Amino acid sequence: MQASENKVRFDWQRSLYRDRELDPYIIELVGTGERVLDLGCGRGELLKKLKEEKQVQEQGIELNSEHVADCLTQGLSVIQADLEEGLNDFLGDCFDLVILNQVLLTVKDPLALLQQALRIGQRAVVTFPNFAHWRIRLHLLLTGRLPVNQTLPYKWYETPEIRLATIKDFQELCREMQVEIVSRRFLQLNYLVQNRQVNIWPNLRSTVALFCLRHGG
Amino acid sequence: MSRGSEIPDTSVGLVETQNITFKGAEWVLQLESGKTLHPVTVAYETYGRLSPERDNAILVCHALSGDAHAAGYHTGETGEKPGWWEVLIGPGKPLDTDRYFIICSNFLGGCKGTTGPADIDPATGRPYGLNFPFYTVRDMVQVQKWLVDYLGIKRLMAVIGGSLGGMQVLQWAISYPEKVMGAIPIATTARMSPQAIAFNEVARQAIMSDPSWNYGLYKPDQQPESGLALARMIAHITYLSENAMLRKFSRRMINGTERGFKLGADFQVESYLHHQGSTFVKRFDANTYLYITRAMDYFDLHLDYGNLKNAFEPCKSSFLVVSFTSDWLFPPSQSQELVKGLRQAGKNVSYCNIGSDQGHDAFLLPGNRMGDVVSGYLTRLEKEGRLAGK
Repeated sequence: MQASENKVRFDWQRSLYRDRELDPYIIELVGTGERVLDLGCGRGELLKKLKEEKQVQEQGIELNSEHVADCLTQGLSVIQADLEEGLNDFLGDCFDLVILNQVLLTVKDPLALLQQALRIGQRAVVTFPNFAHWRIRLHLLLTGRLPVNQTLPYKWYETPEIRLATIKDFQELCREMQVEIVSRRFLQLNYLVQNRQVNIWPNLRSTVALFCLRHGG
Repeated sequence: MSRGSEIPDTSVGLVETQNITFKGAEWVLQLESGKTLHPVTVAYETYGRLSPERDNAILVCHALSGDAHAAGYHTGETGEKPGWWEVLIGPGKPLDTDRYFIICSNFLGGCKGTTGPADIDPATGRPYGLNFPFYTVRDMVQVQKWLVDYLGIKRLMAVIGGSLGGMQVLQWAISYPEKVMGAIPIATTARMSPQAIAFNEVARQAIMSDPSWNYGLYKPDQQPESGLALARMIAHITYLSENAMLRKFSRRMINGTERGFKLGADFQVESYLHHQGSTFVKRFDANTYLYITRAMDYFDLHLDYGNLKNAFEPCKSSFLVVSFTSDWLFPPSQSQELVKGLRQAGKNVSYCNIGSDQGHDAFLLPGNRMGDVVSGYLTRLEKEGRLAGK
């Protein structure tokens, strides 16, 4: 029922938990006073924290008009634009860090977006749900159906993530693109107990991944 | 502050239009057309208090038919309409008169107190009429700068305006980069589309084909009323959207659903337009309308600076660009072009295409998010200004 009501706009509310849980790990990567661009910044939750905690010079890009208005109401610097069209006009290296928090898999051309992010930013942070988590593998094997869980809280016909990726897939892409991986974090998100960091067998055991990249490695 | 009994607490209350005449050899206005104008009187209003540091001033630029009376009431009598941007200006409102010092002046060549075609030419003792020199947005901004200097303000915290007012905002940021901290161009463009120029031309032709226009030589009390009213009716259609008209009037007739079989106003939308036309002629001068629409047509940042990147390169302000989804006269695509140019020039810019079915007029009306967005941006400028001041 919800799906039919929301044909165009996604109910990002459902993945908000997943997206916001990663904020502390992204904030860690930001230096004080840096120029930061958040792509798909939503209502500006992360940018606001970054501005308060790290005094960054913030810039957001967001497509949803109401969300942009919410950002601007809080005094954040945000442009309403489509990510896949809007980045061409930024000068090269005009940001210290470009954030792609759970957006890379929602676009038509992730490769081009990643290249753009690394052109206009010195570093880029990419986070995404890891499709190779053991529960997903098992679920698909036993039930023959796509998972609907905490990190992928949408059915196949309504998900904003129009692509799926695993940690191994992403690392392979970084190798192909000759992108330097500055740091990475693998996490197991959990509603009930604390989120856990995963160090051993991350592709099998972590539900979300975070990569910090630098171009021309 | 004195208040009439009818004036709500959210208003700046009773206000007065003030005048300053720039007279003397150093005040000869050099116009872009090559002509000069002297002397120049400017009508303006201010609301709120200028801070001791003189860092809280906001300049409001009005659109085609606006004036210096942006907020508050002149008489406080029952039924008096407040200033044209009462929605935005007042205590506790986005342009908060408890925090900011707001200035609004009638632009050069207007007919509401600032020197314009309807005024008496000191050389002849008769109204300027068509002897008035052509003026541009850049000329308007130059005169506004005189006023701002006269008021003792070194740097404006913000310059804000919609439509033709937005063009002035852009020109301010380009012409006087040191004087503008934040620029808020709303529902505007770097240059109008041929379609918009076409509507202006039809409006001008409506005025000029009225016999009482008489090549601009009409007496002040014998305006080309039918021509000016028609011009206003045409323009008013371009300020609304199809949906706004549908919502406002539907196909309702004056007599319910009965066809009147007459050529006089039979549909409500017709009588609305007639009303718009007939009230406009009482408050506006026909020659002035010709000149102002020309100034709008001529505004072209591409032509003046090669491209928008070049135009915006010298700017030192940040920008908040606002458009409205249903505005087809100054469409969102033209605002997006501004944003693109600003980004290419490496400027800090925010942009919101606000959802509204009110058409171009949305920037004058309540019921959309413009107020929130402007208020957030101004608060940010205030903080940044305080940090920079320390």
